[in-house]
Amino acid sequence: MTAPLLELRGAVKRHSAEAEIGPVSIAFRPGETVALIGPSGSGKSTLLKLLLGLLAPDAGEVRLGGDRLDARDPAVRRRFGYVVQGGGLFPHLTGAGNVSLVPRHVGWGPDRIARRLSELAALARLDAAALARFPSELSGGQAQRVGLMRALALDPDVLLLDEPLGALDPITRAELQEDLRRAFADLGKTVVLVTHDLAEAAFFARRLVVLRDGKVVQEGSLADLVRAPADVFVSRFVGAHRALSLDAGSLP
Amino acid sequence: MIAAALAALLAAAGAASGPPSVRVGSKTFTESIVLGEVAARLAGAAGARAEHRAALGGTRVVWEALLRGEIDVYPEYTGTIAREILAEEGVSGEAALREALGRRGIGMTRSLGFENGYAVGMKEEVARRLGVRTVSDLARHPELRLGFTNEFMDRADGWPALRSRYALRNGDVRGLDHDLAYRALAAGDIDATDLYSTDADIRRYRLAVLEDDRHAFPEYQAVFLFREELARRAPEAVSALRRLEGRIAAPRMTDLNARAQLEGVPAAEVAADFLAEELGIGGEVAHVALPARLLRRTLEHVALVAIALAAAVLAGIPLGVAAALRPGGGRLILAAAGVVQTIPALALLVFMIPLLGIGARPAVAALFLYGLLPIVRNTHAGLTGISPELAESAASLGLGRAARLRRIELPLAAPSILAGVRTSAVIAVGTATLGALIGAGGYGQPILAGIRLASIPLILEGAVPAALLALAAEGAFGVLERVLVPRGLRARR
Repeated sequence: MTAPLLELRGAVKRHSAEAEIGPVSIAFRPGETVALIGPSGSGKSTLLKLLLGLLAPDAGEVRLGGDRLDARDPAVRRRFGYVVQGGGLFPHLTGAGNVSLVPRHVGWGPDRIARRLSELAALARLDAAALARFPSELSGGQAQRVGLMRALALDPDVLLLDEPLGALDPITRAELQEDLRRAFADLGKTVVLVTHDLAEAAFFARRLVVLRDGKVVQEGSLADLVRAPADVFVSRFVGAHRALSLDAGSLP
Repeated sequence: MIAAALAALLAAAGAASGPPSVRVGSKTFTESIVLGEVAARLAGAAGARAEHRAALGGTRVVWEALLRGEIDVYPEYTGTIAREILAEEGVSGEAALREALGRRGIGMTRSLGFENGYAVGMKEEVARRLGVRTVSDLARHPELRLGFTNEFMDRADGWPALRSRYALRNGDVRGLDHDLAYRALAAGDIDATDLYSTDADIRRYRLAVLEDDRHAFPEYQAVFLFREELARRAPEAVSALRRLEGRIAAPRMTDLNARAQLEGVPAAEVAADFLAEELGIGGEVAHVALPARLLRRTLEHVALVAIALAAAVLAGIPLGVAAALRPGGGRLILAAAGVVQTIPALALLVFMIPLLGIGARPAVAALFLYGLLPIVRNTHAGLTGISPELAESAASLGLGRAARLRRIELPLAAPSILAGVRTSAVIAVGTATLGALIGAGGYGQPILAGIRLASIPLILEGAVPAALLALAAEGAFGVLERVLVPRGLRARR
């Protein structure tokens, strides 16, 4: 088994916005896509922020590539790409400006930036004209694609996504799901995705981590969760989603 | 010892470089300004480079300016010196006064020939109807409403002395501006006020001057006070001043005041005519045409505002950033800036005088302090108002703290910061008119003179350009906003 690239070891976070977290231990191996799922308030976004170093654990640790994570070091930060709901684009910059913000800061030349922009636009399936627009002039799906491009600009080791499709209408959402999954497969990066939607989690990730009140309740594939739920909570969580999703006919 | 030698050296150096300079000051009322103008013209005729810093402020301001050497000469009254300036020493008699002044390095001329004491005045018809002839008679009418100038209310030789000497029991006593007091008297809003015994307005408003039968007020002989150092530096100027001793009788002074106050003749012209008639001293009255006056005042005003605003921006934005980054210290910064804002503008200006003297410097300092809060607060609000998602996205990017501030947070806060600067600018344009009270020039000068002379055109000469300048500042910021605020932020609004 390969060594984990990113790891939570007994991480505890108190007084966070969501429930008190922890202790939580999860290992993320290079190239795998993991989905953190659970109802709102289960602490999944807080876990993502611990992984990213936006929050520091009160106990335990976060390790990246075998070292303790030093989130204050910008170079360490650049090994992560982070995508939030709605894209989190800076309204004062165009799409291209958002994507090239950090590359320019670290000294990339215009040619290199232009090349990278067209690579990323192809990957995220974004119309090149949209890059010249400001976020207020972009559709929700376009903004989310630009957000993905920005996260990937420096070719990070880890991609973290917090409810990336949460704010989109169903059609845009289905389209973007396909494109995202293909992009993840092409890139072969370690991806951690937070969602409250079991169907979406299963669509992207083979490995699902179910959270409740800041603790890991169960880990495994969707089949594992359905076949052998760890407790009543998981079985009800899975059941509720299956009922809804089967009605919609979209569960694979 | 060394200081004295240095001072002598400096004085010598000053003397070596052309004619000596003589700076005359005056207080904010017509007679003082006319006398100041007379002194400046006399010194000029005696070969000095004379300058009149007219209408600097009240007694304290002008006296302090004299002590600090910001002015060399100003007209004063013996009663004011004894009862107000040197009140703690309890001096009486001219010799004692000279002695006490001498210890401060200040010399005094002999009386110019008239007395202009405090007096109490009422409308003639009211006084006649009530049979009030003396202040003692006034004491029998506690129902009368008294309105006194603010300085009179506060001065030891003013209202406190009058009240205790005559045991006045009037319930309705309030403080107002000297010139407004006359108008309130005429309009019947008050029944009696303090006045100066050579005031032109006594004739204009047909006032009865009540006899100070129990001598509450001391003698107020008009004199010039000057720095003794001036007698060494510019002896001709001082002896020229002394030529005025005993030359101005009270009715003459009232005439001069009436010309300036009632006929609106510029003080310079009144002074020039007086000197020509009385001492045969000719001299041009520099007549400055309206466009040139406006231009000079605009430059003064814009300079006050621009320097203060630039300093407020340079200090305010970093303070706002610091306040946003460190919530603990931030509260302190915001509270301190808020406290400064609660000080009335006039008080802030006066606070600056002991630190920075008179003129443009204290005015700029006060405007700077005043302009700080809107900028600090809006910078703080702009930075802390960035939505949590954007703040998080910015934090996650892998930019250093400074780069994050420069590339993301400050541009996002730009509309708010600019709005703060704009508020500051408009406040500064308005507040700078008060700068004229401490000799800073600008549009406040004609406004103050206009209030003094009850001249609407003069008030408008200052008020209209000040309003236009405020509008121009608004317009300029509209343009600036288009340049400085990123397009993506403007599109949303």
